[in-house]
Amino acid sequence: MSTTVPASTRSSRRPGRPLQIQLPSFLRSRLSRIVMIVIGVLLAYALPLIRPPFITTPASDFGGVMASAATFALVALGLNIVIGYAGLLDLGYVGFYAVGAYTTGVLTSQHGHWPFLLVLPCAMIVTTVSGLLLGAPAIRVRGDYLAIVTLGFGEIISLVAKNTPWLGGAAGIKNIPPPPSIGPDPIGTDQDGLFQIPHLSWNGLVPSVDNLHKTPFLTFGVLDAVPYYWLILTAILIVLMADMAVNNSRVGRAWEATREDEDAAELMGVPTFRYKLLAFMLGAAIGGLAGSMLAAGQGGFISPDAFPLLLSMLFVAAVIIGGAGNRWGAILGGVLVAYLPERFRPLSDYRLLIFGVSLMVIVTFRPQGLLPPRRTRRALRAQAEVEELEGEAIDA
Amino acid sequence: MDFGFLFSHFAELTITGLALGAIYALVALGYTMVYGVLQLINFAHSEVFMYGTFATAWVAVWVHGTTSVSQGLGSTLGLLALCLIVAMATSAAVALLVERLAYRPLIRRGSPKLVILISSIGASFALSEIMGLRDKFAGWFGVENKLSDYVAQARNVYSSPVTVDPHKVFEFAGYGVTDVDLLVIGAALGMMFALDLFVRRTRLGRGIRSVAQDPEAAALMGVNSTRVIRTTFLIGGLMAGAAATLYMLRIGTTRQDAGFLIGVKAFTAAVMGGIGNLRGALIGGLLLGVMENWGSAVFGTQWKDVVTFVLLVLILLVRPTGILGESLGKARA
Amino acid sequence: MPEPATASEQPQGDVRKALLEVDDVTIRFGGVSALDSVSFDIKEGEILGLIGPNGAGKTTCFNVMTGVYQATSGQIRFDGRPLAKLKRFQITKLGIARTFQNIRLFKSMTALENVLVGADANSKVGLFNALFKTPLHRRTEAESIEEAYRLLDFVGVGGRAGELAANLSYGDQRRLEIARAMATKPKLLCLDEPAAGFNPAEKQRLMELIRKVRDDGYTVLLIEHDMRLVMGVTDRVVVLEFGRKIAEGPPAEIRDNPAVIAAYLGVDEEDAS
Repeated sequence: MSTTVPASTRSSRRPGRPLQIQLPSFLRSRLSRIVMIVIGVLLAYALPLIRPPFITTPASDFGGVMASAATFALVALGLNIVIGYAGLLDLGYVGFYAVGAYTTGVLTSQHGHWPFLLVLPCAMIVTTVSGLLLGAPAIRVRGDYLAIVTLGFGEIISLVAKNTPWLGGAAGIKNIPPPPSIGPDPIGTDQDGLFQIPHLSWNGLVPSVDNLHKTPFLTFGVLDAVPYYWLILTAILIVLMADMAVNNSRVGRAWEATREDEDAAELMGVPTFRYKLLAFMLGAAIGGLAGSMLAAGQGGFISPDAFPLLLSMLFVAAVIIGGAGNRWGAILGGVLVAYLPERFRPLSDYRLLIFGVSLMVIVTFRPQGLLPPRRTRRALRAQAEVEELEGEAIDA
Repeated sequence: MDFGFLFSHFAELTITGLALGAIYALVALGYTMVYGVLQLINFAHSEVFMYGTFATAWVAVWVHGTTSVSQGLGSTLGLLALCLIVAMATSAAVALLVERLAYRPLIRRGSPKLVILISSIGASFALSEIMGLRDKFAGWFGVENKLSDYVAQARNVYSSPVTVDPHKVFEFAGYGVTDVDLLVIGAALGMMFALDLFVRRTRLGRGIRSVAQDPEAAALMGVNSTRVIRTTFLIGGLMAGAAATLYMLRIGTTRQDAGFLIGVKAFTAAVMGGIGNLRGALIGGLLLGVMENWGSAVFGTQWKDVVTFVLLVLILLVRPTGILGESLGKARA
Repeated sequence: MPEPATASEQPQGDVRKALLEVDDVTIRFGGVSALDSVSFDIKEGEILGLIGPNGAGKTTCFNVMTGVYQATSGQIRFDGRPLAKLKRFQITKLGIARTFQNIRLFKSMTALENVLVGADANSKVGLFNALFKTPLHRRTEAESIEEAYRLLDFVGVGGRAGELAANLSYGDQRRLEIARAMATKPKLLCLDEPAAGFNPAEKQRLMELIRKVRDDGYTVLLIEHDMRLVMGVTDRVVVLEFGRKIAEGPPAEIRDNPAVIAAYLGVDEEDAS
């Protein structure tokens, strides 16, 4: 029995229909792809300013919701490497998130006043080291035990943070300075920045420029969440590029071979343990990155209550529901998990129930998730073709 | 680190630890049996336990109303027996529901183990949230006010109105062993003894052991694996329900997330004793209860749970087969 | 590629170097001896056949030689180095590659990707280079891909490089496995029943392929049931029965060896294929 989350998590009897998007021919040239990507990226940055009518969240600050969704998407990207690429079920990912956040809090507020741009890489390094320390013994253990060990780790981190005065104890760490602003630092109500970008407001489907609500560029203050969103979005883009570069190399091939058949991979010269550990550490690094940005986020405050086991489960749910092994699926999952409860506020109380049930449903009926990874799409398509042929043969 | 406290209260810590551990052991049985038969960790078992605690509390409320009452063990025995039966039935029902919805469809189609684990995680959360949202659900049917004693303020701690006053029965090394202690330990041991007999002597019990050892061979011998799996979940549920009543007897309060911590501890106990091993669950549970008490004496109560998690991680990494080794299949269960 | 061995040198006075030495190897599983004091050498540049009736221990021997099992006693030496403490991927790096009796390709990866995984075994670039897309990384990838295509052509699967391994025909899958093993640049290539399920025409193609492989400079170890194939393509044969070596020598000698014939219970060669 394979000890990793399987390469093709399809139901053995009924293939799902893989999403196949056929682009019209004029959109397939390289130049048009680049243009579309650039437009897409610009749209993503502009989204909280544009405030499109059906997407915007009336009951809460849309910029804040976007920042939260982006954070979840970033975390999901990192966890996707661990669960989706390397096949390691990590139920304690919130631990890395917390290590990143607390390292930042300690170095910038609790016991030091280091600048954020120096602290961010430090937080990532500390988290990566913790990933190495946890991963080296844990990955040797079989899959379900690994899940519990990581769960234990997540809880230990959270409990240690709560009970250690040096880390702020149950009260947490306050007054964590935000990232450095470009232009004058925000003081009190003066958060104007170099220039200001107005939002759009909508009357039905008619947009108009709303000069009453503006986002300063580039001020990380307490009033506006949008610059934080931009920071996290930038991190997502960088991580995405790194993910693509790494997954399309021998590293990605090694991960995929390990998931398909670990013993055969080893016999073909793949040092499977090392690559699994590498995935674990990369995942940890990204978790630490996200945690660091959480700490320096709006409010400048973290506490042990922000890192419950529940959050680990939501992270896992995001990756699985979105599609484990597919970076876009991870982003989609992260965004859904963070955004939907805010968009549909009345549902917010039922959020966890819905995610629990969704997890069961997805895993039963569409285990490959909403956006299955390429290997599953290919496998499903192949299987569909075979079944079609068999169907024809039977009918003939 | 305060060893002084540990030594001065040694008997008390140990005996209450045994009582606590007996509860863990009963819950651990559920984990260990399901793992022995299916090689699966039943994440939702913690909620099976939790529903039992609520069942116990609700019976107490139904009999006594919500005004707090404190009485001796003798006069509470009748109520306890009723609670026990209802709790065991409730937990068993929830366990069977979990098996039917979260496990069976996936086992049927041969899903990989980790996928099934994720399903059980979903089930666990769904179940605990359902309890936590019971006031809302009652509101949908308009019975919110009628049932307010049972469902109001669903996210808060829910107390059983009946508190049992422990009476000292005899002295042991400076600690007055109470009737409650004895009841808890005795009841747990009794249940486990019964289960042991069941597994060793009955046909269904043999079926369980054979499926645990070799599912294919068992199927070839005509053992109905679906029934075996169902029975395994059922028994785990019954034991958890019993544990729930004893838990409410000693602790008296519960909440929709009360299952999680007990679940983790019970799982730790199961692994410590040797997963799949019934006697191991007993030993693991008792041992964990005692170690937890000693740990909180030495390190302070706030570190109590950390002790458990560290133990769990260490055992899984260093000696995952536990003290007695994995072995539901062998005759020496 | 390893240096071409002089294939024309007849194995009379065998002065060729022993590439793999099986030295008094015993493996016990529980109370059963799967291998009992087996000793033989594989000489550089030869094609050695390992045969025996079912249950003789051929696959066990194979597995211990490729590092899947550990010997209970005795030693396996490759190029003089004992294999005992090495991890499996290290054994592959040392120069031993294998195929599998029941085909263990990476099913949802393409044929090209399967071979690339093998080629990666010798790749000098890792995470850092991949992450920053250094020129070294790009060059190495290009070289690996080129080599992969070459190997796919060599075994005759070149036209189907972009197909999923699961979709290839049975014969192509077996050939792909060989290409993948060769991609690890081994000195010794171990083929575990590569002709299982082949019809005579395919077996003929396989024999030619194996000869081509050896002529390219590889040493080949072959487990096979098909006597005609074994007799036709190997230089020497080792025969196992009940975990013990009962004969060793050129195919012609083995065919007439009474102990070997008895081991197969007098089954005709023609019927054995």
